[in-house]
Amino acid sequence: MINIIWAGLILIGFLVGAINGNIDQVTTAAIENAKTAVELAFGLIGVMAMWLGIMKIAEDSGLIKIISKALKPVMVLLFPDVPPDHPAMGAMIMNISANILGLGNAATPFGLKAMEELQKLNRKKDTATDAMVTFLAINTSSVTLIPASTIAILSAAGAKNPTEIIGPTIIATTMSTAAAIMAAKTLQGLPRYRIERTSSNKGGIRCYLK
Amino acid sequence: MLLKIIDILSKFAIPFMIVAIISFGMKRKINVYMSFTDGAKEGFTTALRIIPSFVAMLVAIGVFRESGAMDLFISAFSPIIEIFNIPKEIVPMIIMRPLSGSGAQGIMSELAASFGPESLVARTSAVMMGSSETTLYVLAIYFGSISIKKQRHALAAGLIADAVGFISAIYISKLFFGT
Repeated sequence: MINIIWAGLILIGFLVGAINGNIDQVTTAAIENAKTAVELAFGLIGVMAMWLGIMKIAEDSGLIKIISKALKPVMVLLFPDVPPDHPAMGAMIMNISANILGLGNAATPFGLKAMEELQKLNRKKDTATDAMVTFLAINTSSVTLIPASTIAILSAAGAKNPTEIIGPTIIATTMSTAAAIMAAKTLQGLPRYRIERTSSNKGGIRCYLK
Repeated sequence: MLLKIIDILSKFAIPFMIVAIISFGMKRKINVYMSFTDGAKEGFTTALRIIPSFVAMLVAIGVFRESGAMDLFISAFSPIIEIFNIPKEIVPMIIMRPLSGSGAQGIMSELAASFGPESLVARTSAVMMGSSETTLYVLAIYFGSISIKKQRHALAAGLIADAVGFISAIYISKLFFGT
């Protein structure tokens, strides 16, 4: 799917560019954005190192274990395939908490770490697991409680009371997160998306075969 | 008042998190410095791993937007979306949001500038901004970082969540801010 979308964006883009006669700008945009992507990624190294360092402290000190224990009932319900004390749970909790607090910068390193940990549980390395999809669905439905940058933009545009969008945003984001979880859980059972699992519940880890 | 609280909250969220985690580590008598450097080591490899998908997405979206294809796409979709009683000014936001965060932010600023920050359109777009994510981009980066090729129902679930977020945003904003 992403394959088709990606090819479509580029092919249609260049086609329209050729018709509109701004093909040189399109070429420049492509090259410039490639450069920007690498600059952004390099810029991430420092932030990433910092947050992964902080997270390691939280992990080694047992803080993540404490938080994970408190959230265990919810996490086990959302991610039945991930053992409750697996590092993936801690990373996912950190990612979701950072998102709720509106700390996008901190959320990304935790999220990438969570994916890495989830991948360790995956038996078929090129295929997404149910846990990965559920996690990303929650992630992409945005669970921000305080949309700080949005408030800043409204405020800059001259809004007298920009914070009044918080209430509606919380309601809308709750709806979209609920929809995300329901969609992920429902779709994973469809024949089109289903993956085989081992029937045995070995040591609490249900792994993917096939 | 509320603005002030939020301002303080967003100012103190990161310091609080860092201070709390390090203090807890000290209390538990672990070597926080060692732990930090140990964790930080992974920052480099993780950042490098996302470069391929980062480049792929940014180039594709850049080409699509710069060529004018994005505008065409938006105007082609407008009549379909208008059937659902969605104001057409908000359509670009709906299409841009899953693709590009900075693009969506740009549209939101533009709506706030041309309709006024207190207009229903601007407020709706602000609520949309907060209730959905750059789904396509997040999927590409996160799955790309661990070389997952078959994403299964991830895109479908993400887009369903976005759609529900958009529809909720429109109706809730109307409820809160509509006259």
